[in-house]
Amino acid sequence: MSNVFIAFQKNEESRCIVEAILADNPDAVINEQPAMVKVDVPGRLVIRRETVEEQMGRDFDLQELHVNLITMSGHVDETDDEFALSWKN
Amino acid sequence: MQIDLRTVSITPLRQTYDHIAARLGGDKAASRYIEATMDVQASANFHYRPTWDPEHEIFDPSRTKITMKDWYAFKDPRQLYYGTYTQARARMQETAEADFDFVETRGLAEGFDDAARRTALDFYVPLRHVAWGANMNGASMCAYGYGTAITQPCLYAGMDQLGIAQYLTRLGLLMGQSGDLEAGKQAWLEAPAWQGLRRYVEDTFVLKDWFELYVAQNVVLDGLLFALAYGEVDRALNAKAGPTVSMLTRFQAEWFQDHCKWVDAVLKTAAAENPENKALLQQWIAAWRAPADEALAPLASLALGDGAAAAMERVNALLNARLAKAGLAAA
Repeated sequence: MSNVFIAFQKNEESRCIVEAILADNPDAVINEQPAMVKVDVPGRLVIRRETVEEQMGRDFDLQELHVNLITMSGHVDETDDEFALSWKN
Repeated sequence: MQIDLRTVSITPLRQTYDHIAARLGGDKAASRYIEATMDVQASANFHYRPTWDPEHEIFDPSRTKITMKDWYAFKDPRQLYYGTYTQARARMQETAEADFDFVETRGLAEGFDDAARRTALDFYVPLRHVAWGANMNGASMCAYGYGTAITQPCLYAGMDQLGIAQYLTRLGLLMGQSGDLEAGKQAWLEAPAWQGLRRYVEDTFVLKDWFELYVAQNVVLDGLLFALAYGEVDRALNAKAGPTVSMLTRFQAEWFQDHCKWVDAVLKTAAAENPENKALLQQWIAAWRAPADEALAPLASLALGDGAAAAMERVNALLNARLAKAGLAAA
């Protein structure tokens, strides 16, 4: 199964998003670089709004993740509660 | 001469401070909140005991009967430290200022229904004295509490209450005249309907156990009063005369949602720590709930008339549900 990935600029906000990804995707592999953090997951990666909110301690709109987004791969499936990447069409 | 360019990846030697790493169980990046909160208060090598309380150290966990293995278990789910707190409140204030501005520039206060205006002034203006009391209590919990995790948000709550007192004052000035503030103070000091609540607030001033104060103020009084004032009374005024007053009390309504998240988390943590804590909390809730309920009943009638009893029931049900979530009985 090929990987999907997402990469963010490294800051306080994206740290919470990455923590949430790691919590919700047990197979996630984190790759920390200076100023950037990339997460690879085989098959499917999901970002859940609720988990991010728990990490941040405030309300979070999934659209906010685009502020820190550098790049990603996979087909996007986006709702108010979930942002998912996968190779399924 | 030839210069070779190459990239060097510099990895930091450590992700966070040692005392934070010890709490997280490993050296990994911690949130600013955790770094700015954990183990910040001094806990050893105190010099003299305070002359005003030689029984205790200056920071002393035995100022309350509540016991904790780790006082830093009281984490704030809102993750407020000074930076995030001021930013969060600045956002709320900006909205509130815009609302006040809107009401003023559109002349919404002048066009407001006069009977509803009377109710709003009679009910909301004296509440600024209650908010001032809550400010004192917040500062007191911060002063005598133990551990930055709990004392920090206690002070924030106290400061928020001072802000609420100011917003209530401005509501009084905008909806009425300056004489209405004086009338509000007279009502607070003299009117029979307000004496129960005044007594409650003054009783909390002399509580020695800061965690009991936490229960009396943040759990019981705020839990019932804010649900009544910014839920029930707000809805009734809306139905009668439109949303002008709702705009002027928006800060309080939004703040209460935020406040509950923290208060509920602290209750849950304290109750889950050991059965003695749970019994104590239960005892304090029982002791303060009936007086609070009695103190608020005449004010509910003042603002809601016949609907008061039903409104108080809903307000109590709300608090019961919150207590149940924290693992406590309604009492």
